[in-house]
Amino acid sequence: MAEVKKLATRDGYGKALVELGREHSNIVVLDADLAGSTKTGMFKKEFPDRHFNCGIAEADMMCVAAGLSTAGFVPFASSFAMFASGRAYEQIRNSIGYPHLNVKIGATHGGMSVGEDGASHQCCEDFALMRSIPGMTVICPADAVEAEAAVKAAYELEGPVYLRFGRLAVPVFHEEGFTFAIGKGEIMREGTDVAIIANGLMVYEAVQAGELLEQKGIHARIINMSTVKPIDEELVLQAAKDCGRVITCEEHSIIGGLGEAVCSLLSEKLPTPVRRIGVDDRFGISGPAYEVLEHFGLCAKHIAEVAEDFCK
Amino acid sequence: MTEQQRKELQVLACKVRMGILQSTNAAKCGHPGGSMSAAELFTYLYFRELNVDPKNPKWEDRDRFVLSKGHTAPGLYSALALRGFFPWEDLTSLRKVGSYLQGHPNMHTVPGVDMSTGSLGQGISCACGMALGGKAAGKDYRVYTLLGDGEIQEGQVWEACMFAAHYKLDNLCVIVDNNGLQIDGNIADVMSPYPIDSKLSAFGFAVTVIDGHDFDAIEAALAKAKTVKGKPFAIVMRTVKGKDVSFMENNAGWHGKATNAAEFEQAMAELTAKLSELEGK
Repeated sequence: MAEVKKLATRDGYGKALVELGREHSNIVVLDADLAGSTKTGMFKKEFPDRHFNCGIAEADMMCVAAGLSTAGFVPFASSFAMFASGRAYEQIRNSIGYPHLNVKIGATHGGMSVGEDGASHQCCEDFALMRSIPGMTVICPADAVEAEAAVKAAYELEGPVYLRFGRLAVPVFHEEGFTFAIGKGEIMREGTDVAIIANGLMVYEAVQAGELLEQKGIHARIINMSTVKPIDEELVLQAAKDCGRVITCEEHSIIGGLGEAVCSLLSEKLPTPVRRIGVDDRFGISGPAYEVLEHFGLCAKHIAEVAEDFCK
Repeated sequence: MTEQQRKELQVLACKVRMGILQSTNAAKCGHPGGSMSAAELFTYLYFRELNVDPKNPKWEDRDRFVLSKGHTAPGLYSALALRGFFPWEDLTSLRKVGSYLQGHPNMHTVPGVDMSTGSLGQGISCACGMALGGKAAGKDYRVYTLLGDGEIQEGQVWEACMFAAHYKLDNLCVIVDNNGLQIDGNIADVMSPYPIDSKLSAFGFAVTVIDGHDFDAIEAALAKAKTVKGKPFAIVMRTVKGKDVSFMENNAGWHGKATNAAEFEQAMAELTAKLSELEGK
């Protein structure tokens, strides 16, 4: 890939909200004093009457969103992933998940790429928390264009959806006008030596790793698995069958996230050796985002190393 | 309200209490104490106050009620059954496998339940969302929510109170059942939430304190709630936990346990006597 435009997935979120707001009067947006950072401020600017700041009170915000959904609105409730999924976990579980309400959670600043703010804000547990809630759809788009499409798809889906976005500007590789299908993975590169299944910003890293591996004669199949739940079983099983080796890559703990979802599926339906790349049961550290990502091995170079070793 | 109307409500409240006992006794568990303390309120809401239709429980212009203290579902269920939302006989299926009467309110299985609750502190926030939604949609419906006095120890309750005042939710009425007891004992000993009324007024509510077993007081407070504009309304009702069953009254032990056979018999006998007296038999 040559010079590419960089945008954060949260930018795609903000843009999609505005576009959805123009089309649908039942969309309302809630934020917890982070409208500038989560990009819901873009929606607020155009639709001030449909944007509700809840103050720094995420627990209240999630339940207010639940109440709004019972009144016929489709609320998008936003905060940083740490506070949306962590602070308000039980509110989401009991007041949104259990009654299966049509609430969308737009969680930004997920993962290690938050960077300088450090461990207190680097949420690498949200997939695990949200996946465990019955009926919850969990999505982590790879770039801003996919993010925008995913938000629109989430609006169309009746039921709770957790969308994880990033703070960091990352390469945009989806074409404008891309349509997102919830629960469907996307093959970024064909190959049969090893399957690399990634989501979020790790997709671009995996694609880069695929190029590095190609130079060494290893043909990797690269898959963007942006829907963590429900996972695209067919695509994973086919990849495991064709390649015989699977690597998962996520900006998340190796506990409870994409890696575990893939392992659970394969261990029951098609036992296949898997290596999980992610955060290995550790807390984050402060630093510039790409340096932090490299520190934790969340980069193309490390993926390529793991794949090369795996293919020996 | 006339003497006759008052008596009719008292009869209904007595029947609600019988339903609480019958359902929890059949389940061999559940929360009778705080259900009994709010029996007059449940009765008044469903027979006099709420604009609801038992034949069309999901009617979109209905008034909403959120039982934030969800564990007192037996009280809500009894009032709903008495009002005709579902058969009274079903109350004894409470908490049993296959029953739609879940241990805590479920909005999808129980006709008339507007919000699934059970985790304390969350219902009031959901009620805020409903009230905000009503305003945003230009609807005239009102939203009521009942909280326990122990429940208000949850920090989220105060987040919701800030929210309600900030968004001037004058279509919201927050009711606190101040029976003074929680599982571990006296609320003042466990973690005092007092003074409740001045806390609520400091958070921006118009507040009134009433005797929660006095139908005239409930009527007056709920009527007053509708006259207040630009701010949410709160009613702190002083009540007796386990009200109207001698051995349950003011006893924290009856927060979350059901009667045994002998206790059930005695409790029902007391309520039956009260009912006969009210009905002038």
